[in-house]
Amino acid sequence: MSELHEKSLSEVRGLLASRAVSAEETVRACLARIEATEPKVRALLHVAGESALAEAKALDAAGPDQDKPLWGVPLVIKDALTTKGLPTTAGSRILENFVPFYDATAVARLKQAGAVVLAKANLDEFAMGSSTENSAYFPTRNPWDLERVPGGSSGGSAATVAAGQTYGALGTDTGGSIRLPASFCGIVGLKPTYGRVSRYGLIAYGSSLDQIGPMTRTVEDAARLLQVMAGHDQRDSTCADLPVPDYLAALERTDLKGLTIGLPEEYWGAGVDAEVAESCKAAVTLAESLGARTVPVSLKLSEYAVAVYYVIATAEASSNLARFDGVRYGHRDKSAAELIDMFTRSRTQGFGDEVQRRIILGTYVLSAGYYDAYYRKAAQVRALLRKDFDAAFEKCDVIAGPVCPTTAFRVGQMSSDPLQMYLMDIFTISTNLAGLPGLSLPCGLGRDSGMPVGLQLMAPAFAEDRLLGLARVLERALPPLPRPAGLA
Amino acid sequence: MKISREEVARVARLARLELSEDKLELFAGQVGDILAYIDKLNELDTAGVVPMYGPHATSTLQRPDEVRKEHTREQVLSNAPESDGAFFVVPRIVSAGS
Repeated sequence: MSELHEKSLSEVRGLLASRAVSAEETVRACLARIEATEPKVRALLHVAGESALAEAKALDAAGPDQDKPLWGVPLVIKDALTTKGLPTTAGSRILENFVPFYDATAVARLKQAGAVVLAKANLDEFAMGSSTENSAYFPTRNPWDLERVPGGSSGGSAATVAAGQTYGALGTDTGGSIRLPASFCGIVGLKPTYGRVSRYGLIAYGSSLDQIGPMTRTVEDAARLLQVMAGHDQRDSTCADLPVPDYLAALERTDLKGLTIGLPEEYWGAGVDAEVAESCKAAVTLAESLGARTVPVSLKLSEYAVAVYYVIATAEASSNLARFDGVRYGHRDKSAAELIDMFTRSRTQGFGDEVQRRIILGTYVLSAGYYDAYYRKAAQVRALLRKDFDAAFEKCDVIAGPVCPTTAFRVGQMSSDPLQMYLMDIFTISTNLAGLPGLSLPCGLGRDSGMPVGLQLMAPAFAEDRLLGLARVLERALPPLPRPAGLA
Repeated sequence: MKISREEVARVARLARLELSEDKLELFAGQVGDILAYIDKLNELDTAGVVPMYGPHATSTLQRPDEVRKEHTREQVLSNAPESDGAFFVVPRIVSAGS
């Protein structure tokens, strides 16, 4: 028998709807688990125990509601998303005392569906990083091995779900920030298509890349969260006005007959650790045994994706982060007598090294004389990358490869070499550049490290239903992961 | 492509950041390494390729431009480092010397 905090979101939702457990009991089970594990994992920047219990009691008093598909379910939100009345820091000192007066649309929709916000999750400062070591507050540890990173930038979201502190979390993904930590922590992470989920209330990093998505212990759980969040929002003009499919119906498929999976040679060749390749290959072989056909495809520009990304993402970041000037919110240096000095000192004191580095790079590639050589060039290669995907999807329904060349690395291992850290995202960045959906599915533990391995599934724009259907069939056929070893 | 300390300092000024000598040195090396890596884009011939600045196939969605009051002045000022209850207050804008 698993304890209440170990249930999946879908299971606990059923228990809540039938009143087998109360919303208050469920929140208390999560809070108890947080108390027991948080000193080791450090996934959370703010635990909203009091407000979560108050909301749960109010829900219990009103009783379950069929129109609220997440009635009573406690969730954790990455601290890059605004939450009304709860501190929102983006992992930065510059927003240390910021308390938003509105909810991000994704958060508002979860609340309208009956979910309870339990806590805010740690992240790399402004979502810039692949390990959560760039948080201005503290690094988060991987529940499978406390000496290793959880991945990033949504490392707190991945770790809190893997540690059983909550039933699901929201992450954000600009270059792999949902899929990489999901892979490192052995959970499901879905980056939806650009435009599928409203980004109103998301503290912007790279506006042509950022997406919000679910991080959960099962594929069905991810489908349930996406179902609630997806769809047009008048407050985000980049949020597509397209119908939202029935993602739960997509989970009903029982085999993979008629499905063609493309295997890009660039994702399956040199540079991938043997244990990662082995686990991912076994999952693909399993898919074949369930009826899928595999074909080789080519994403020949993959090796340029990281270079394109670090021009475009930093350019957009340098513009987006210009708003942090000490005037309307955030840290202000009080010693400056004049406005420009106040801007400069507030920003210099408030931003950490990685953020400053990316602002410098982004400002440089946009500056007079360099714009065409860097920004325009990168946008042209981006167009070619997208064409590669379009051509590949003429031959297959879904593309599969590893999420990352390695399993979770050790704390401190990469922190002195930014470029080496950037290369962790080599397999995830392309889908952000192309605007396509990608899902990380746990497919086993690495033979050498004993750490989780994630298989990445990618699909054409707005085909999240296809990803979820395939992932559910594989999840059912794969042996379930044991409990995370670092918390045993 | 290498980048000099002076160039990093110039870009930092544009971005309203003030870097210590140590950090200028560190960033010049690191940003130079990253730019050298980015230079691999020049291996590709992109003549005539239309740049892709965002993933949207369709144009930006529009809605009627109607005034809606969703937040109070008090809320909007609630996170201000300094306000007088009606406005954001900032230090003097025009330098005493100019």
